Parts: sequence; structure tokens; C-alpha cells
Amino acid sequence: MPTRTFIDAIRETLATEMRRDESIIVLGEDVGKKGGVFLATDGLWAEFGDERVIDTPLSESMIVGASIGAAVNGLRPVAEIQFADFIFPAFNQIVSEAARIRYRSNDGYGVPMTIRAPYGGGVHGALYHSQSVEAFFTHVPGLKVVVPSTPYDARGLLRSSIRDEDPVLFFEHKKMYRSVRGDVPDTDYVVPLGKAAITHPGSQVTVIAYGLMAHYALEAADRVGEDGISVEVVDLRTLRPLDTETVLESVRKTGKCLIVYEDNKFGGYGAEVAAIVAEEAFDYLDGPVTRIAGPEVPGVPYNHALEEWFMVSPEKIADGIRALAAY
Amino acid sequence: MAATTRSDTRPATSDLAASVGLVDADLVEMYRYVALARALDERMWILNRAGRIPFVISGQGHEGAQVGIAWPFQRGHDWIAPFYRSIATCLTFGMSPRDILTAQYATATDPSSGGRQMPGHYGSRQHNLVSVSSPVATQLLHAVGIALAAKIRRTGQVAMTSMGEGSSNQGDVHEGLNFAAIHKLPFVFVVENNGYAISVPAARQVSVPNVADRASGYGIPGIVVDGVDVLACYVAARDAVARARAGQGPTLIEAKVTRLTGHSSDDQQTKYRSAEELEAELKRDALPAFRAQLIEAEILTEAIEASIAAKIAADVEDATDYAESQPDPDPATALHHVYAGDAGDGPDVAPDADSATETSD
Repeated sequence: MPTRTFIDAIRETLATEMRRDESIIVLGEDVGKKGGVFLATDGLWAEFGDERVIDTPLSESMIVGASIGAAVNGLRPVAEIQFADFIFPAFNQIVSEAARIRYRSNDGYGVPMTIRAPYGGGVHGALYHSQSVEAFFTHVPGLKVVVPSTPYDARGLLRSSIRDEDPVLFFEHKKMYRSVRGDVPDTDYVVPLGKAAITHPGSQVTVIAYGLMAHYALEAADRVGEDGISVEVVDLRTLRPLDTETVLESVRKTGKCLIVYEDNKFGGYGAEVAAIVAEEAFDYLDGPVTRIAGPEVPGVPYNHALEEWFMVSPEKIADGIRALAAY
Repeated sequence: MAATTRSDTRPATSDLAASVGLVDADLVEMYRYVALARALDERMWILNRAGRIPFVISGQGHEGAQVGIAWPFQRGHDWIAPFYRSIATCLTFGMSPRDILTAQYATATDPSSGGRQMPGHYGSRQHNLVSVSSPVATQLLHAVGIALAAKIRRTGQVAMTSMGEGSSNQGDVHEGLNFAAIHKLPFVFVVENNGYAISVPAARQVSVPNVADRASGYGIPGIVVDGVDVLACYVAARDAVARARAGQGPTLIEAKVTRLTGHSSDDQQTKYRSAEELEAELKRDALPAFRAQLIEAEILTEAIEASIAAKIAADVEDATDYAESQPDPDPATALHHVYAGDAGDGPDVAPDADSATETSD
């Protein structure tokens, strides 16, 4: 089976989907000749031309708003927001429009649109090239939010997202683009939205994570495994809709739940997971539902020492697992 | 939609109709839409004051411009992203009086939203009318995207959106006009300038005399037209549609209209507009002006006018009775259509078959 980097899986999936379905267009800043600032769309412009691979002005609200209209009139846009940090000018279009059009038109109109955006820190990107923005969007009914962690999932989930009839936000951790490799078959497989994966079976502590943190959780599980702590890692893959069943099954088995996310802790996505576990699995819990997440600063600081202080690491996760296991 | 396509013999063409390339029957039909929109709008206020419907947002004073501008767009082919004053636009583009009034009552059979949206938030998949959003100007980008898809798919469609001068200040307008102009998209942007954004006059909203003056910043034509002059509005839109269809790109049309009512049924405009001003605005009403113009041209005869009035009265009564009789949506359906296929396809309660089409014609 061929091995691919995370970004190669994404780029090749965009190309194969565009070959399969001529209603798919790609639009965003620098996505054309340059192939995107991370090269996620490299080669698409040469193959599909100006009409289907559109370099837009620096107008994020337009990128999303025009994608909504294009979707209403028969296209299947895949919009790129250059960095997730730059998505906020489009917030109104995503939350007030894309998420609501099906509901408010009583199923008259839908918006089959995918918005891809690189997110996350640990790459010296500072406050405006490092943010995790998922919690702003997972709150919103009408949206789907996907955060893959492996090249295999990136391909299968991107296919599902593009083929979905509703708006999907597809967040790609930029640190994983070239540092994560994995087996990716050339078949036309899909990974369904809304299904988590157990990436490390275990019996004593459940660790729930997604994106880069799903990798760090696996590293942490290996470390504490040396101390005899058996960890089950759940990689959520899709944040909305959440695979509540897989989460609860694991917690009911282990009785202990640690949620890991890179975003700052207060009001982050993991807070919702914690609330669901507390509500639905209280009788099975053998310790408090705990979280390891980013500190309460409004962005990831630049200096290396400051960034390292900000970032959740395998060590911090391992410490959290040990504390919970000892509870 | 020109009446020439519907007539079986040589249609009557007065000098007035010929001056704009239409026939008399077109002008009569345009007048009927202006008057129908006004009659429905007035009925909405009566129903509101009678306690039957909780909220009205009105198009009174905009109807002439709306009908004139919507006229050259091809029903069921072109696209319009309207706003909440677009009653006449939506009627002209195919929605029925029943469609308009079920939206006021928010019934299960309201084709705009099945009772989910506030009154005035029209939309119809069947008629290529995009669902209205309260934060006006967001829909400009949708119309631009529709035009982009039309260009890429080579459908020959033109997309139009309309809004007031107040919402024309939103950033989405700049982002969308710039993109539409760069790609010469088949797009028409209509500003119905009624002089007020709720209570704030245009002089405190727009730094130049006309919103259309901004068109030059995008390298597109900006046309100012008197919204009292229905046929001038028609000509401006006809030319804009022709440019768009010919691949020459977008046009900005600013129609100077008036707002004969408060912003909504929750607004009292005498608090911020003088009695003299409101009195003067009555003279800027396209309905009597268009009527006088058609009588003067001997197009609107007493017999035709009586027939139109009877038809409108019957339509308004029918639409009111129909809307009054329709069920509220069932809360058991309130979770439906958050996502595709979560409750089958389409509305839970379909409108009556005969209400989906226009009752006139």
C-alpha cells in the first residue's frame, strides 16, 4: 500500500475528486498557480484551469459567500481559507448563512460546500497562524466539523465532506502536513462523517483527542504503558456530529476520561465532550472527567520558549493520564 | 416574460410601450403587479393591527422600481436574491399572493420557510428566489456565487440582488462587487434607496450623493434611476441584463424610491421624520404615478382598471382566507432539515398544488 504524507493525501484527493465530478471547484487565496501557501492545491490549476481553480482576492467573506451561491446553483465548491485564523471575516457567512439556509428554507435549498483550513500551533506561527478555531463552529447546528489526523482519514473524510450535501469545515493541522505519513490505498474508499476511531485499545483510562493531539495522545499512551497504565485512545475524527456512542462505550469500559485539545481550555470543544460524558456515563466514572488543553491566553505566542509553554505535549498528556489513573 | 410571447395576434403597442420596446399588455401587467403588491402590503398592515399577524415589514414605496427592474429577468431561469421589502419583486418573479400571505402567518405551508422565518423573509426554490436573511447584504455574495456558477456552467443565467442603501455599506458588498467585476460575472446589483436605514438618513450612511457613484471604484456602470418611473427602472434593468448576458459583467442600479411606512410594524417613523417630509414623500409614490402615465397614454382604460381592481381584490381575499385556514407547523417537525435527508426531502407539509402557482394569469 502506498505511503503518503498528510498533505499529499489531501492534494491527491482534491485532484481525484475534481476528475470524478466536474461540478467541483476550488477557490481561495493563492490556490492557483502557486498551489496554495502549503501547496495543498499544487497542480490543480495546471490540470483544471482558471475556471475550476480560482485565485480569489483577499476577501474571506466573499470566498465563503460566493461558494454558498455557487453551491445553490449547482456547483460543489471546496473553499480554502489560507489559515484558520483568517476565517473570522467569513464567520457571518458560515454561521448565519451556510448553516441556516437549509433550515430556514424548509429544505428548499442546501449548501454542499467544503471549507478547508489549516489550523494549529507548534510551527512558530504566533497569534495569527496558529489558532484552533473549531469550537466556534462545532457549536452551530447545520455545520459539520471534521479534523482528520492521518493521511488515510484525510483522504476518506475529505471525500465524504466534498460529497456531503451540507457545509463541512475541514480543519487540517498544519504541523502534520509533512511530518505525518501513513498508508493510503488508491481505492475510492470513504471514511464516513461522524465516526470516531479507537486508535489504541486499552482498559484503564480513555483519552479522547483529535488532530495533532490524537498523535500526541498515542505517544503519551506508549509512555504511560511503560508504567503499566493501559490507555484507550479515541480519535474523534469528526467533531460535529460527534460519535457519542464510541466515546461513551470507551468511558463505560475504563471508568476514566481525559480529553485533550490544543485550543485554550475554557469553553473549548472538550468542554462539550466532558459534559456529555458527565451526563451520560456518570454511573461508570471512577474519577473526575479531566481535560488537558491550552492555557488562557488569546493566541499562541511566537517566541520558542513561549510557544512551547503554550502547546500541549505528549509529556503533559502523560502527566494528566498518570494523575487520573492514580485517582 | 414579455407579453409578445403570450399574444396570438399583433399586440397593441402604444407610443409609450414602443418607446421602451414593450407592448401595451406588458405595461398593464406591470401595473397589475405594482397594484397587487400594494394591496397585499396594505392587507398585511390591517391584519397586523387587527392582531392576526405579529409583524409586518413593508415594501410600500418600492413596488414600482421592483416590478420595473424584475421585469426583464427570465422567470424560472435567472436568479434573484431578494431582501425583506421585495414583495413586488417576488410576485413578479412567480410567487403567488398566497405564498406572500402564508409567510405573514408563518404557516406550515408557507413555501418560503414553513413558518420558520419572520414575515417578509421570502424565498422559493421553484422560482429561483434565494431565501432571505435578516442581515441584509449577505445575499449579495450568494447572488455573485450564483452568477459564478452560471458562468462556469454556461447556463446563460443572470443573477440579481437588491437591498437598501443602508445595507449597501456592508463589507460583503465591496467584496462581492470587486469579485464580480474582476470576473465579469452575469450579475446585477440593485440598490433601492429609500433614504433611510431604519431611522438614519442616507446622508449619514453614504459619503457620496449616490450609492451608484461607488460603481466606478469597481470599473462597472453605476446607473441612478428614478424609482417613481417604472419604465425607466425597466430600461435600466433591461440594459443591465443584456450586458450581463453578453458577458460584459455586472451593473449597479440605484433606484431612488421612498418608504411610505415605518421600517416595520415595530417602528414609528414620525419620531425621526417630519410631517412635511412624509407629506412630500407621498408624491414620490410610483403607484399613482404609473397609473396616471398609463391612463394618459390610453393604455389603462376604465374597463381594464376595473378588471384589474376586481382581480386584485379577489386575489387578496383568497390569499387571506387561505393563509388564515392553514395549519401552524408541528413542533414535532422543528428538528427537521437541519441537515440533508434528516427527515426525508422537502417540506413536511407541502403547499396546496394550486397555491404554488400564481393565481392570476
